[in-house]
Amino acid sequence: MSDPNELDELTGVREDAPVPTGGGVSVGFQPTYSQDPNVLLEVDDVTLRFGGVVALDHVAFDIKRGEIFGLIGPNGAGKTTCFNAMTGVYRPTSGEIRFHGRNPGDKATVVTGKRKHEITRLGVARTFQNIRLFPEMTALENVMVGADAHHKTSVLSALFRLPRFWREERSGKDVAYELLKFVGIGPRANTVARNLSYGEQRRLEIARALATNPTLLCLDEPAAGFNPIEKADLLNLIRSIRDTGVTVLLIEHDMRLVMGVCDRLVVLEFGRKIAEGVPAVVRNDPEVTRAYLGEPADAS
Amino acid sequence: MTNPSTPSEPTRPPGPAVDEVPAAPSAAVVSAQTPPSRNPFTNIRTWYAKQPNWIKWIVRLACIAAAFALPYLNSVPGIGTQIATQGTDWNTALFHISYYVLLALGLNVVVGYAGLLDLGYAGFFAVGTYSVALLTSPDSSVVTHKWTWLAAVPVAIGLAMLSGLILGWPTLRLRGDYLAIVTLGFAEIIRIFADSLPVLRGDRGFGGIPHPPGHHSDGRPIFGVIDAKPYYYLGLSLVILAIIAISNLDRSRVGRSWLAIREDEEAAEIMGVRTVKYKLWAFTIGAFFAGLAGALFAGENGFVNSSTFVLQLSILILAGVVMGGAGNIPGAILGGALISYIPDRLTGLHMPFTGTPGNPQGTDLAEYKFILFGLVIILVMIFRPQGLIPSRRRAMELADREKEVAPQ
Repeated sequence: MSDPNELDELTGVREDAPVPTGGGVSVGFQPTYSQDPNVLLEVDDVTLRFGGVVALDHVAFDIKRGEIFGLIGPNGAGKTTCFNAMTGVYRPTSGEIRFHGRNPGDKATVVTGKRKHEITRLGVARTFQNIRLFPEMTALENVMVGADAHHKTSVLSALFRLPRFWREERSGKDVAYELLKFVGIGPRANTVARNLSYGEQRRLEIARALATNPTLLCLDEPAAGFNPIEKADLLNLIRSIRDTGVTVLLIEHDMRLVMGVCDRLVVLEFGRKIAEGVPAVVRNDPEVTRAYLGEPADAS
Repeated sequence: MTNPSTPSEPTRPPGPAVDEVPAAPSAAVVSAQTPPSRNPFTNIRTWYAKQPNWIKWIVRLACIAAAFALPYLNSVPGIGTQIATQGTDWNTALFHISYYVLLALGLNVVVGYAGLLDLGYAGFFAVGTYSVALLTSPDSSVVTHKWTWLAAVPVAIGLAMLSGLILGWPTLRLRGDYLAIVTLGFAEIIRIFADSLPVLRGDRGFGGIPHPPGHHSDGRPIFGVIDAKPYYYLGLSLVILAIIAISNLDRSRVGRSWLAIREDEEAAEIMGVRTVKYKLWAFTIGAFFAGLAGALFAGENGFVNSSTFVLQLSILILAGVVMGGAGNIPGAILGGALISYIPDRLTGLHMPFTGTPGNPQGTDLAEYKFILFGLVIILVMIFRPQGLIPSRRRAMELADREKEVAPQ
């Protein structure tokens, strides 16, 4: 119980406790700011411990605007933990994560220590490895929850049906429906999420995350459980998301999918970054081959 | 798909090639043929959901008219006299139903929509009742100049909401069970205060609480002591307003946030929902209706003492909401009405084989209400775990796109 993150998981007591912004800084941490104006997210020397387990060990990398960035590694390498640190679910023991806003040249915001909904509003959206939709709500409503992140309808304007309510409800519904069509499940808009097929649920999660109008979309193993045809469709979807100007961060097991779609990769093993670069380089990195691929690069 | 307009085969729009999901057409066909449910309530609802707006309005107005006609039910021979209560004055029983429904509607916001387990809901009802009593009763030592009932109502509601805020502020950051325990403790604190604080007069209570205002043309007050019908109409009007208010909230960003919190709180927050804020709103809105129901009760009864606010009341309302079907308004109405109607209907009937020389008729059946509720709840939970009227998500109206969306 000594670790604050552990407390969070067990009891939820730390949930929404006021946390100092810019926090997570331990003694000895010196932020290293990236000079590249194209950087969207900086993971700066992040360490995350759960009691004695080091889940992330001085991990550092930058994600650039407009790229599809892959985060790969064997099971338990710390990929999802890294995700959770970015989206505010966990708070790093040391180091910080900075997000550079919607437009190039925007001032960096320290994400570590911010609350989850604040990070979402900054422009970081995510999906979950094990699907976490709102099962009793319709597909459209699920997406509208995401769209609501940027709405301002208050309890009073909803109660008295003030103009803002009508305006935002209409635009939210339009945006949500367009997104459902974009991910390819438009005809299922009024189906309760629980009744959607597995593939449709995965797509709905992506639509819901896109509805929060993110600059950075984090996909946590979106192709898990997909057959090759569905994977190919998903690849196209990810590319078309990137083409709309959204930067994509992808966690994936499937090497073929990762190598095919990612512009750059970071490879984690036991919480440490062991390689970084374009797929062609990473694939030939002996460390990576040893740690993860297990066989020479001709496997892909 | 030879004829695309066949109702059982929904037409698919010629979407972009990338968007085609191989599994979608067959899945859409399956869900298009909704099999008739064994639950008559669900069938009525499915029918209702498909009707155009004007029919919906006719149904709504008919329901309201029927509710206003209920006091005359006991003059209908046969079935009417069977439904109407005998041991309790029928109008009084209807008034009881109206404020229990108000309570159930309020608790439904907390438990049904936001998914917060509130075991101390009667605490807010007590705050409302005692606020009115303290401000208006001649027995009260708090104010020298006595208020009218109408002036005390907003204060009662305000204090109930304030106590909801004070209770919710620290506790809504906790999850699940903690909240249940804290709310349980809250209701007990209120009850013990009512029992033992001298200013709240314990068992002796407060008498002479004024009735709602208004006079007939001949000078008689509308809200008297004998006839409970005006109180029922007042309660019914408040219930109708409550239904409008709550369904407005439900079908908005607020209702979606509540539902998202209930379904998966962490996912909701990651999707940008300010969870603590909306949980606090649900709690406060629930307290609003409890305070209102409390003020209404005080205004009709004219007398308030500590024996009204036992733990059973909280449990009873919760049981009503769960029994009726948490998370939807018709369910809450049905549940609230049942928990009030059943004991009133049983009053005056006697349990067979319990007669004694001193009491030859036997025990009053209403004494067995908690056994009966226990049984009913067990049965409902076994056969209809979602309640008598299960919550159902409405299909959103998609204006011009109806044709593209598979029917549900």
